[in-house]
Amino acid sequence: MSQCRKRCKRQINKVARYFYRFLMGTLTQDSVEDDFELSTVCHRPESMDKLQEQTKFTKKELQVLYRGFKNECPSGVVNEENFKTIYSQFFPQGDSSMYAHFLFEAFDTNKNGSVSFEDFVFGLSIILRGTINDRLNWAFNLYDLNKDGCITKEEMLDIMKSIYDMMGKYTYPTMQDDTPREHVETFFQKMDRNKDGVVTIEEFIESCKKDENIMQSMQLFDNVI
Amino acid sequence: MAAGVAAWLPFARAAAIGWMPIANCPMPVAPRDNSRKQDELIILNVSGRRFQTWRTTLDRYPDTLLGSTEKDFFYNEETKEFFFDRDPDAFRSILNFYRTGKLHYPRHECISAYDEELIFFGIIPEIIGDCCYEEYKDRKRENLERLQDDQEENKDIKLPNMNFRETMWRAFENPHTSTMALVFYYVTGFFIAVSVITNVVETVPCGSTANHKDMPCGERYTVAFFCMDTACVMIFTVEYLMRLFAAPSRYRFMRSVMSIIDVVAILPYYIGLVMTNNEDVSGAFVTLRVFRVFRIFKFSRHSQGLRILGYTLKSCASELGFLLFSLTMAIIIFATVMFYAEKGSSSSKFTSIPASFWYTIVTMTTLGYGDMVPKTIAGKIFGSICSLSGVLVIALPVPVIVSNFSRIYHQNQRADKRRAQKKARLARIRISKSGSANAFLQSKRNGLLSELLELTGKEEDEQKLLKSPSLLETQHHHLLHCLEKTTAHEFVDEQLYEHNCLETALQTYRSSSPAIPDSPVTTCCGRRRERNHDEANTTLPCSHLVPSHQDPLLELSAFQMQRCDLRPPGDRSKLNLRTNDRISCKSGRITTAIISLPTPPALTPDGDSLHGPTLRSCSSNIVKVSAL
Repeated sequence: MSQCRKRCKRQINKVARYFYRFLMGTLTQDSVEDDFELSTVCHRPESMDKLQEQTKFTKKELQVLYRGFKNECPSGVVNEENFKTIYSQFFPQGDSSMYAHFLFEAFDTNKNGSVSFEDFVFGLSIILRGTINDRLNWAFNLYDLNKDGCITKEEMLDIMKSIYDMMGKYTYPTMQDDTPREHVETFFQKMDRNKDGVVTIEEFIESCKKDENIMQSMQLFDNVI
Repeated sequence: MAAGVAAWLPFARAAAIGWMPIANCPMPVAPRDNSRKQDELIILNVSGRRFQTWRTTLDRYPDTLLGSTEKDFFYNEETKEFFFDRDPDAFRSILNFYRTGKLHYPRHECISAYDEELIFFGIIPEIIGDCCYEEYKDRKRENLERLQDDQEENKDIKLPNMNFRETMWRAFENPHTSTMALVFYYVTGFFIAVSVITNVVETVPCGSTANHKDMPCGERYTVAFFCMDTACVMIFTVEYLMRLFAAPSRYRFMRSVMSIIDVVAILPYYIGLVMTNNEDVSGAFVTLRVFRVFRIFKFSRHSQGLRILGYTLKSCASELGFLLFSLTMAIIIFATVMFYAEKGSSSSKFTSIPASFWYTIVTMTTLGYGDMVPKTIAGKIFGSICSLSGVLVIALPVPVIVSNFSRIYHQNQRADKRRAQKKARLARIRISKSGSANAFLQSKRNGLLSELLELTGKEEDEQKLLKSPSLLETQHHHLLHCLEKTTAHEFVDEQLYEHNCLETALQTYRSSSPAIPDSPVTTCCGRRRERNHDEANTTLPCSHLVPSHQDPLLELSAFQMQRCDLRPPGDRSKLNLRTNDRISCKSGRITTAIISLPTPPALTPDGDSLHGPTLRSCSSNIVKVSAL
């Protein structure tokens, strides 16, 4: 009851204050300025020496990476919207937002909703300079949406749909509705050794190592930077 | 520690000498500055313009880019300078900030460009000095309003999967989205006008009949007017109920101003229906009819000008309040004075102070009806003072209101103009964007063409045809190609896609034998038929190629399940220009082969015309606006 009364009193107070300000002509407080709060969250990365120790990039490579990063995100961190916009520039024909979302989740290791330069560089170091095992681990981490250590068919289906979305509408042959699902079935037949409906990390790495196509394509990333 | 005072730290440490004699225990060891650099000149190369400053100048603000180790990322080893690829003009004011400690906003600079520079160099805009802060804030607010306008225009985009309710709501809110909505809009507008005119004409004296003298039309043709009123109210009720049904948040809709106006407009009718019989309250019933005039406010949905007016009044609420308050004060003062001044004179109309209010108001607003005039000399003197001050008090807040209205009105006009130009802008942007998509398709064709030419050994023609794409482009195309491989589908352009769909639709009628019953990915049956046909006709398709007029290359990708050797490998092998990928499946092999054939004109007479436009794009040098 006292809650009610307190709220009532607060409302009456607010009305009275409004009325007073109405009469005194001071109604327009800086209301628009409240909208731009300090949204310029600035983040500065660690020094180049430290980053060089922690990743496998040379100084020059770090410089190039940072300049590109800072150009797109001058505030030093990427939020998901920015990330999606940047990624969609590369796939003008389709809708890459879902896949960009999954990528963002994979890069944002500390789950704080933004990717800093360190996160970015650590991820890239694994993908571009890591061992085969590291890279496969990273890919598994990307697929495993809820990070519980195994990939279910639903998770794989989401990933597959997002990849197919990037192709867009104008493809040859025409995209059917169940193409992603078929592809997931194929994937599971190959990867799921013990046929228990999920793919664990060991099954994944083992199956990938057996497939020479996948092994070869993993080497593709050695010269990206 | 605050940013600017880093430079004062040595002084503070030296001033600690005052504590030394007093202290009883030994002091802690001072930290040594190992990286002791002499103060050196730093060269900042901003897009070619070299700025030089002392290192200590930059170190004054260690939480900005230039003051921290972040600038090492931009250090150029060969030239021993820091290179920034930014605007040198804006950089001037930023470097001045380090030198003088005050950040100024150059007036000629665009506000968003300046903001971006500040964010890049890690400087918060609040530091802008007082001399420039007002200007900065004003321009920022203008920009924000303009952005909000642009965002509101996006509500025209039709979302997919809108259910009936959402479609209806959208139709109500934006009448120009569909024809039905437009019709509804105009019909309701018409009926509002009819209703208002009816209300007005109802009271006009219609000429006398035999029995009674001049009656208003309302009483003469009661039935007609009643029918008209009923019709209008029916329409308004139906409209209100439909809006209520379609509103995404019914509670919020019911609280909104427009819905209250709607309710007030139709309620008197229903109350009147209920209460006609009761004689006592018929007086009140008559009063209720006054509220019917509120129907005219329903026009504000139809007229943007009315809405602007309403919005202006709302935004000038504080000026209006001030005006009201000061007028009230003045009225009370002058009414009191006039009353006491005129108290002495006989038969004066100023019977009480509230009675004098009427005189004061009429005088201060310079109306001067003349029904109450002061007779005594003192009354006349105070009366003149009253009218003079009235002019002043009213004239003061009015320009503020007018300027507000003008600003809002012009903003609205600009928004309308932008909306009108938006379609053209979007079309142009779309064309330039599709340029980059077409770049990939074109490069594919070029790539295949070049490989075909390699086979036939016409090398000089190869040089003529192709222009070598940049490294960035080749890498981007490689990325798109990887995506194609992953999904086993190919990018095609719109025309080809339409063509394929048309063909599938046609061929599914005609094809008697289904191609492969259990193939998960259906290729267009017609395509396969065509290809079979092609096999027979063409032996060495390469010889058909004459570089001067490029034959359209048709790229096909075929999924062959369990039947890899369907086609004789002999003459195909030359055309298998891409490596065969293999995706293992539980039974048999699936091979993906991209087979490119030039379509002989005889087979696809319409195909040529369709490929015609793309041909033209191939052969002409289009300037591609890369979206990268």
